[in-house]
Formats: sequence, structure tokens, C-alpha cells
Amino acid sequence: MRLRLYYPVIAATALIVALHVLLATTGKTFYMTQITMSAYYALVVIGLCLLMGYAGQISLGHAGFFATGGYTIAVLTTYNLSSYSKTPVVESLRSLGLLVSWQDLYGHEILSFSPWPAFLAAVLLTALIALAIGLPVIRLKGHYLAMATLGFGLIIYRIVLGAKIFGQADGISGVPPFHLLGDLQINGRPPFRIQNYYIAWAAVLAAMVLALNLVHSRVGRALRSIHENEEAAHSLGIDTYRYKLATFVLSAVLAAIGGAMLTHYNGSIGPSEVTVLKSVRYVAIVAVGGMANLWGAMVMGVLLNFLSLRGVFGSFDDAVFGTILIGIMLFAPQGLLRAPKLQAATALLSRRRRND
Amino acid sequence: MADILLETRNLHRSFGGVHAVRDVSMRVQEGTIKAVIGPNGAGKTTLFNLIAGTVPPQQGEVYFRGRRITAWKPHAIASLGIARTFQTTRLFPHMTVHENVMVGRHPRTRSGFLAGMLNLPRTWREEQETQVKAAEILMDLGLASHMKETASNLSFGRQRLVEFARALATEPALLLLDEPAAGLNIYETQELSKLILKIRDRGVTCLIVEHDMSLVMNISDDVLVLDQGRKIAEGPPAAIQRNPEVIRIYLGDEHA
Repeated sequence: MRLRLYYPVIAATALIVALHVLLATTGKTFYMTQITMSAYYALVVIGLCLLMGYAGQISLGHAGFFATGGYTIAVLTTYNLSSYSKTPVVESLRSLGLLVSWQDLYGHEILSFSPWPAFLAAVLLTALIALAIGLPVIRLKGHYLAMATLGFGLIIYRIVLGAKIFGQADGISGVPPFHLLGDLQINGRPPFRIQNYYIAWAAVLAAMVLALNLVHSRVGRALRSIHENEEAAHSLGIDTYRYKLATFVLSAVLAAIGGAMLTHYNGSIGPSEVTVLKSVRYVAIVAVGGMANLWGAMVMGVLLNFLSLRGVFGSFDDAVFGTILIGIMLFAPQGLLRAPKLQAATALLSRRRRND
Repeated sequence: MADILLETRNLHRSFGGVHAVRDVSMRVQEGTIKAVIGPNGAGKTTLFNLIAGTVPPQQGEVYFRGRRITAWKPHAIASLGIARTFQTTRLFPHMTVHENVMVGRHPRTRSGFLAGMLNLPRTWREEQETQVKAAEILMDLGLASHMKETASNLSFGRQRLVEFARALATEPALLLLDEPAAGLNIYETQELSKLILKIRDRGVTCLIVEHDMSLVMNISDDVLVLDQGRKIAEGPPAAIQRNPEVIRIYLGDEHA
């Protein structure tokens, strides 16, 4: 019975390979670059789906968490420590194997944190920030988390724009590839395109398996019960506050992982990743996917980000996502994939066809 | 004399200018059924909420098995072994009957976020046990054929029964029942009293807020009478029925 949960994962894997074959035979492997980027954005959406669909909370600051992950790893892997190399702190970091020497585009020797410790630091920092926001706010009933995270997103945006260390309006570029294991590396250069297509999808499917397990576990049931009737859930021994807080932190961590991996893939991160409009975009995607529908959120996350990255929406990019959000709320609050109107329409069509 | 399971000492709670519960001290013996009665607005449900932790008292203490649990959070109190039902049934409407009862297993199971995400063999076994236990409880209450139904599709009486099952799934030592007979017909009320007696005989102590006098007098071992937040009588049903103060508030004058 439990295995049935993983059938879609197997189907998705097959589709991903099929898509690779299709792109290779049609000579359009360059699409893989945007698909890879969209997959990393989908990580944010999966986390947000857990928060919105299962814990019943809204975050308008997930771009902020994405950026916390991305900027932390960008700073740590590019900030040159060579002028401090004689200081005891840097020496001890080096002896612990946390630092790495490499050459940038212009052949300068750079001593910086290697990606793995930087990655862990990025995730940990994001988790701590989410905890600090969630601890006081989640105790309150209502939409306070949405407001607090909105504020957080705005603050991060301003910090990133203002602080020299974050590169201000230019952002941070020259982020080195992330050597994961052996020859595997997150690297955006064309020779690594196919490898990275699979790395990104592996990350998404791993997140999906973990999230699916979670929502079908004791914790997932507790979260749904909180969503349905908080007082009853509380009376059955469920620490509603802790569960909501933990889900919030988990979803922030997923956003940070997406941010960190995409930053390595692109080799850069800029302030456009941190805008409130980006946060609204993630919310819109979860809504289109159907709130408590992980597969829907993931598919929409990849699809809509891909279309956006390909420039299909032109200069109306953010307007499109705003429109999508309003449209979903008005006409299909259950999400596009479960929209009653859509079902009614298809039923109508099939009936017509039968009458013909 | 049996052990005292629950004790309240001088509990007090007011809302604005209304004294909902005033200086109420009482004891519940282990293995008995105790009823709390009184006219509307006597403070019965508030007393329940004070015990269950939904509302903190302004004065006074609550002890469970000699342990002070005053103003503990509801989930902590539930984990200690106090389960409750609500005056208006509060199921998880979009979950199945089976899932509703499985949520009741929460305090008796352990798997957290990490275990849930990784779905370790231990987690999986626990989940199987939860399913089996919940199904057993439903079978016991004659709800086995409705297990897969969405809770909100059941009749009112059956929904109440599911709420019972859900509370029992926590394996409580004390069960708080807030007007379990409200909205039930005579036949259903009779079935309910049999059920409550059965639960008591299995060693679960029951504290019941109830309007239905026939139910109260037939099944309770002990009765507490509240009026305007105060305790006005406490004792076995036969004595309560003869108590002139109780007769006055129920039958007597316009204050009733």
C-alpha cells in the first residue's frame, strides 16, 4: 500500500529521462539549462506547499529564504581570505579542511570556504532566521506569519541592495562550481549541462520523496488535523505550535537549499531573486498547484518558472503571476489540476462529443 | 476508598465581569462516572476548559494523580491521559473516520519530522500499528463499516461516536464528555449510556457535563451541581435528587 506513494516518482523519473531523449534528438538540449534552473525553483515551491497546504500558514518571504541560502553560500565561497591567511582563525579553518584555494576568471588566487561547509552554513543560518521569525509569530492566530515574512523579505532586499559585501545592485558573481562527490558538480557551463539536469532533478525528486513521506506520516496527519480543527487537534495531544513552527523552518530550509544550489549553477546571485514579487510568485505557483498537492505544486513550479525563464511572458512576467494568483483564488481555489470548473468543462466536452 | 484521579482546588475564572467559575473544589475518584450538572450558564463548560487547559484559571489549582497541572497547555494535558469531547462535535471533517481516530493515537506514538520524512522501518511499523489500533476501536464501537467514509458525511449521532472513538484512541485515564447526549434521541441516549458504562468498566474514569437528567441519574456514581459558577451540591445521585437547593434551581423560581 505504501509503495503506491512512490509510483509517481518512478513515472516522473521515466518522464525526465524521456524528456532528455526528446531534447537530444531534436537538438534542443539548450532548454536543459532553464529546466535545471526551474527545478531549483521547484524546491522552494515544494517547501512552501508543505507550509501552505499542510500547516495552513502563508509565507510572503520565501524569496528572502531563497536569497539567504544563495547569498550566504555566494559570500562564503567567493570572499577572499588570503589577506588574512596568517591569522589564527583562518589557519585553523584551513587545517580543518574547510577552506579551498582556487583561481577566479582573471587568474587571481582566491582562498575561500569550500562549498560543502558553506552549504551547511547557509542552511543552518536560514533555519535559525526562520526559527527567530517563527518563534514569536506562529503563536499568534491569523495571518501574522504572512506579514512578518513579508517584512523579512523587504529587509533582506534592502540589506542586499545596500551592503557592499552582497555586491549591492550587481549581486555576487564568480561563484565557483560545487563539487558534490567525485566528478559530480553543480556547474552551469555547457559541458556540464546534462549532468546538472540530472543533479537538479535528483534534488527535486529527493525532496518530493521526503515531503510525500512526511505528509503521509503521523506528522502529516497531525498537520492536516491542525488545519481542519486546531482546538480538537490540540486536545488530542498535538503540540500545534511546535508542528507549525517546525514546518515553517523546514520549508525555509528547502528554499535555502534551492537558493544555494541555483547560485552555484548560475555562478551568481542578484537582488532580483529577493523581491517581494518573487515571493508572491512562489505563493501563486503553490495556489495553481492546488495548495495541499505536492505533485501539482512541483509540476507547476517547474513549468511556470521554465516559461518565465524562456521569456514567454515577456515584460509582463510579474503581472502574469499576479493574474494567475487572482484567477486561481476566484475561479479554482482547489488549484488548476483539481478545478471543478475545469472538470465540469471536460465533462461537458465529452458529453458533447458523445452527442455528435 | 479509591484513589483520587482529579482534584480541583478553589478554581476561579471570570470573563469580563462575569464570574463563570467561582471557587470550585471537587474530586473525581478513579474508576467512577461523575456528572456536572446545572442550568445554562452555570459554568460547566468553563470548568471543563479549565481542567483540559483550553482556558487558564485566574485562581486555584488542578491536580491529576496528585500532580499539579494548572494552566498546562491542552496538548500536554492530553498526553498525560486526559481526553475530551466537545459540546458541538469537532471532527476533522475532510479526513476519513479511520484517519480521525488515527489522529487520536498521537500521544501514544512517537515518530517526528525526521522519522516521518525518512520513513524508517520503525516509523512504518508504528504507522501499521496505528492503523490497526484505530480500526479495532472503530470495530468495537460498531463503526467498522464507516471507516473509509469522510467524517462530515456521517449522521450526527455517528459523528459523535467517532469523536468518542478518537478520544478513546488516546487511551485516556480520564475522559471529559461535554454534553454527550445533546441532540440525540431517546434511543440513541440509551445506547450512549450503555457505552459510557462500558468505558467506565474498562477502567476509564468519566467526567460528564450533561443536561439530560435521566442519563445523569442512571449512570453517574457522583454528581456535582453548579449554579452561577458556584458549587451548590455534591454527592451521589439519590441524595442530589432530594437536595432542596438543587430542586429550587431546577424547578423552583425564575432564576432557574
